[in-house]
Amino acid sequence: MSSIKIRTKVIDGKIQLRTLITHPMEHGRNRNKETNELIPAHFIKLLTVSHNDKVIVTADLSASISKDPYFAFMLKSGAVGDKITVRWEDNLGKVDAESHVV
Amino acid sequence: MSCNRRKFIKHAITLATWSTAAASSFGLSRQANAELAIVKPVSGLLELTLKDLFKGSTITESDKIHIQIPIIAENGAVVPITVTSSLSDVLAVFILVEKNPLPLSAKFNLSPELETFVSARLKMAETSDVIVIVDTGKALYSAKAHVKVTIGGCGG
Repeated sequence: MSSIKIRTKVIDGKIQLRTLITHPMEHGRNRNKETNELIPAHFIKLLTVSHNDKVIVTADLSASISKDPYFAFMLKSGAVGDKITVRWEDNLGKVDAESHVV
Repeated sequence: MSCNRRKFIKHAITLATWSTAAASSFGLSRQANAELAIVKPVSGLLELTLKDLFKGSTITESDKIHIQIPIIAENGAVVPITVTSSLSDVLAVFILVEKNPLPLSAKFNLSPELETFVSARLKMAETSDVIVIVDTGKALYSAKAHVKVTIGGCGG
């Protein structure tokens, strides 16, 4: 199952885009409560959002974004049937992408 | 006193780990961070980040940036923030949390097709200011909001 959920909504001709990603977003300072070892950092570094294959958002994130991050953006114009793609890349080189049709 | 010392050591270790692990991804030079760990453990982190990001450009405070964030966050691990702005030609939105070990939380590069509307959820280590900086290409504008955190987001 994909780690990304995308929801879109047309509000007054604008497209509201919401996305929820399942990711631990560990910052590398937490300790495992049982073994007392540091949990290695694991967080999303780069998030890109495309609208009909054109990149509209690139975001550099740090680990101070919450676990299972949520983002929302607003597109000035758009129509039903447009394709939205969300892609993330984390510090361990993992990548995931998901497309959604408005 | 002993408490302060403990805090100092904790921060120093944190910074050292971070400078090698993650900070470089944000363009914060490793050297600068390493220096910071030795010289200034807590204060000045924000200034350094700003200096590194904007190279000393002047940042004007603006009332055209609207930050929607809770005044009191019960859980610092999840602090919802929504930034909207009536400024035009916004290229990037920076979100910084002043007292986090790594102040720069996120940088959003927005294309002209987007409204200046960004929503995210932040982690906050302790009560501090959240600073939003908007880059319009010509000038930098900032806005600030104070958030009181009752439970820290760093866990551990």
